[in-house]
Amino acid sequence: MTTHSTSAAAVPRTADQLAVQRARRSSRVKAALHGFGLLVVLFGTLFPFLWMVSTSLKTTNQIFSKPPLLLFTGTLEHYRTILGEQYNVGGSLVNSLIVATTATVLAVLLGTPAAYALARFDFRRKDDLWFWFISNRFMSPVVIILPVYLLASQLRLIGHPGLLIAMYLTFSIPVVVWICTDQFRSIPRELDEAAMVDGASPGFIFLRIALPLALPGVVVSSILSFIFSWNELLFALFLTRGDGVTSPVRATNFLSGYDVPWGAIMATGTLIVLPVVIFSLLVSRHLVQGLTMGAIK
Amino acid sequence: MHTQRRITPFVFLAPAVLVLAVVGIYPLIFAAWVSLHTYLLAQPNIPHDFVWLSNYLTVLKDGSFWGAIGRTLLYLGVSLPIQIALGLGIAMLLRRGPWGRLRGFARVALVIPLAMTPVVTGLIGRLMFNQDFGVVNFALNSVTGQTVGTEWLGNPNLAFVTILLMEIWQWTPFAALIFLSGLTAVPVEVEEAATLETRSFWAMLRHIQLPFLLPALTAILILRTADILKQFDMVYTLTSGGPGSSTELINLYITRIGLRGAFDQGVASAQAILMLVLTTVLSRMYIRYLYRGDNA
Repeated sequence: MTTHSTSAAAVPRTADQLAVQRARRSSRVKAALHGFGLLVVLFGTLFPFLWMVSTSLKTTNQIFSKPPLLLFTGTLEHYRTILGEQYNVGGSLVNSLIVATTATVLAVLLGTPAAYALARFDFRRKDDLWFWFISNRFMSPVVIILPVYLLASQLRLIGHPGLLIAMYLTFSIPVVVWICTDQFRSIPRELDEAAMVDGASPGFIFLRIALPLALPGVVVSSILSFIFSWNELLFALFLTRGDGVTSPVRATNFLSGYDVPWGAIMATGTLIVLPVVIFSLLVSRHLVQGLTMGAIK
Repeated sequence: MHTQRRITPFVFLAPAVLVLAVVGIYPLIFAAWVSLHTYLLAQPNIPHDFVWLSNYLTVLKDGSFWGAIGRTLLYLGVSLPIQIALGLGIAMLLRRGPWGRLRGFARVALVIPLAMTPVVTGLIGRLMFNQDFGVVNFALNSVTGQTVGTEWLGNPNLAFVTILLMEIWQWTPFAALIFLSGLTAVPVEVEEAATLETRSFWAMLRHIQLPFLLPALTAILILRTADILKQFDMVYTLTSGGPGSSTELINLYITRIGLRGAFDQGVASAQAILMLVLTTVLSRMYIRYLYRGDNA
């Protein structure tokens, strides 16, 4: 701060005091701006989410009110509507839960041994195999949905939940392989080697020694794979129908027809989003590493 | 013992590789076959004749296809720089300073858009940008003091702005959190030493923080580019590509040709194969760049 006063060396005392005063005021202004910026970020981030939740709790008349209502007495009528026979959102949520859970469990069962092999063993073309696994992260599902739709129609598989689960493996296996390979690499090789000297089989070492130590990676990749499957629309839109649709597909169904039931839509949206928001908050510490697939530690 | 060691990795890998090959590779081979044939879903009586590359010629001469590609690139080129700039700003705000608790809240709140089901993001956008009772028009009216009644989703240009705004809302937190994790790697001593030299925000950013932000920037550019080229869900519920084709990104266009209107699987498969070539080339470059020397 004293550097500011060098030009006014003739009256150092008052200049110093002025500079200090100015610095104090500017730091107070800075802090105020900082706080304001944070409030804007917080508001901007949360508003659409809160608007959805609040709309789901308004009566239909309140939703169309001008100006929009910020304070109102809530109603659960839309939740009763969507969970009833007519819309059966509950059934679609159960479908989503079954599909996402099964896909995640299968991805872990298939993906963790593969990740272990990629982390621990040396063999020819290992690099290429690893590239192939993770390049699935970059592939557009549109490329796969067209042929799968044709093949599945020929085999009369459209609407079968197993088909959707199989398609979700195209992204959930890579997620698991990706994150768990990193995790297995971080476990000291000596542990494996010590067990091998004791005569343990590779399967035993993987299941009893490596896998428990890699549990954090398994948990994070499971949650990400669950969230991706839960949120997915494109495959589900063309491969499920009738009572078998997942909740994102059900949410799009409301838009056909003339009167758009906004309350019901927002109640459905809330029910779809809440589980993933809770899951994500649970792993928020690992989220960045998970979402960048370990590119950023 | 030795042969056992050589076989073991294959036993571990085989199930995953087999399953991915069946669900991921076999359909692609079939798509390549379809792309070389006449294949109209709506007219099953027309035989599936081998037509050489004529489907590809149709695609390359199709103005709507290039329109959709151009629109997708515009969407990428506008929304990504904004996400990066805003994300960096937010990361700076969250990093340190006063307001500890508020910063904590904001950091947690950023996770919510990231987790939001894109289908639902689109639906929320549709509600908020409604011409009659949408909260956005209400806010605009209050600020300007006039009744604007902007037709967000009915006007081609504004509809495109709307999908951009929702994209930016949902994915700026991604950039912010990644930048934030990059910034936390900056050693405190280095930064303190630098504050003795300069108090300029820009000088600090360029000389001290930039080296730590570059890997984060690379990851954001690559992963967001890949995801924006995949964008379908959010736009599908927000505008379904309309009005007209003003918000029809490439994936909406391809599914419309193949599955939602034209039902011309031959041409749609050719489009999909072209997209596959594009994304494969990009992803090879990307992965090599992201994980340079780091893996395998």
